[in-house]
Amino acid sequence: MKVERADASTDFAAAAARADGPGGATGRTLAIVPAYNESATVRQVVQAIRAAAPLIDVLVIDDGSTDDSSAIARREHAVVLRHPFNLGIGGAVQTGFLYAQEHGYDFMVQVDGDGQHDPGEISRLFAAIEQHPHVDMVCGSRFIGSDHRYPAPISRRTGIHVFAFLLSRIVGQRVSDPTSGFRLYNRRAIELFARDYPHDYPEVEAVLMLHFHRLSMRETPVRMFVRGGGVSSIRSGKSVYYMIKVLLAMFVGLVRRRPVVEPGDASPAHAGSF
Amino acid sequence: MDAHLRIVALTGSVCLFLVVFELVRQRRLLERYALLWLACALGLVALSAWDRLLQVLADALGASYPPSALFAAAFFFIIMLLLHFSVAVSRLADQSKMLAQRLALTEQRMASLEARARRSDLLADGEHQPTPNPQEVL
Repeated sequence: MKVERADASTDFAAAAARADGPGGATGRTLAIVPAYNESATVRQVVQAIRAAAPLIDVLVIDDGSTDDSSAIARREHAVVLRHPFNLGIGGAVQTGFLYAQEHGYDFMVQVDGDGQHDPGEISRLFAAIEQHPHVDMVCGSRFIGSDHRYPAPISRRTGIHVFAFLLSRIVGQRVSDPTSGFRLYNRRAIELFARDYPHDYPEVEAVLMLHFHRLSMRETPVRMFVRGGGVSSIRSGKSVYYMIKVLLAMFVGLVRRRPVVEPGDASPAHAGSF
Repeated sequence: MDAHLRIVALTGSVCLFLVVFELVRQRRLLERYALLWLACALGLVALSAWDRLLQVLADALGASYPPSALFAAAFFFIIMLLLHFSVAVSRLADQSKMLAQRLALTEQRMASLEARARRSDLLADGEHQPTPNPQEVL
């Protein structure tokens, strides 16, 4: 479809672009919804994004679903990209980065297709980037802020806190919710992750990648729901595998990723200030 | 190594060599992978046929029973091959991921171009101008 609408900026994004200063950014924003067999929830997620931010373009990435997720998304007038087979969440999100990069979006916000993120809080992510315009990624966190209790099993929360503890020490900045996929990326982050995004359980590694490429991130408190339907990519039986895999990725990442500043990238002037 | 064992080892490794060679000849095995297999098979043939070589290897490994050095060599070759295949599979997985992503992006782009072409056909036919709804083209 023709996405280059003249009015395709949001008030949030426009505000964010203004805050960006003289960058010439138009502030066009893409919301991506990775969905794998999420027919139960994808409609309400797309509708909620439209209600919360009517001018954001919505892209649903159907990661090889066997149900009618993509048909439902098309009926909701979202742009739909359909993988011929299941790539996993990392591959699906990276497809979103590729689309955002090729269509020249300045911001991309990621909202899970299972309904656990509240699109009403997209504005909070934008508020954070407006306040701190140099930040390359804003991450919605369940664990900062006082009034939010995240209703997850204790095992899940423990795992998240272990990652949070290790990651905070590695990147030298408090990261309270490294597994949250409710994230807003600017153009630099889009370009980095379109080139290279982790495979299986990407969120934790993505934080590491940002760090080693000297991009910056912030967290902002958000509310999250328990999943609305479908099956999480992290089933309980797999959580041990998940822990080990992510830990391996973290430690391999420590010895692998060197800061890479591509020629032509914006100067990482604020790099390493954390 | 006694004669019986040597005949078995020699037959086995020569058969391996011939099977690999035949697979390459029929183009069912890429030369890239065949080279590794052929090298392994040749190494095993040499070790089974040539007593001195096996003895040298056994001494180097500190194996008092030379045929066990033959097993060690075969084991080493197998590990190397498996590692090589794991690397190859990882690369293929990465490539197929990229292909799937490109395919999804291209299909969407094609659908949007087709829809745009249909719209401009309508315009060219002198129909009343359809309201440009960017979402109908999905």
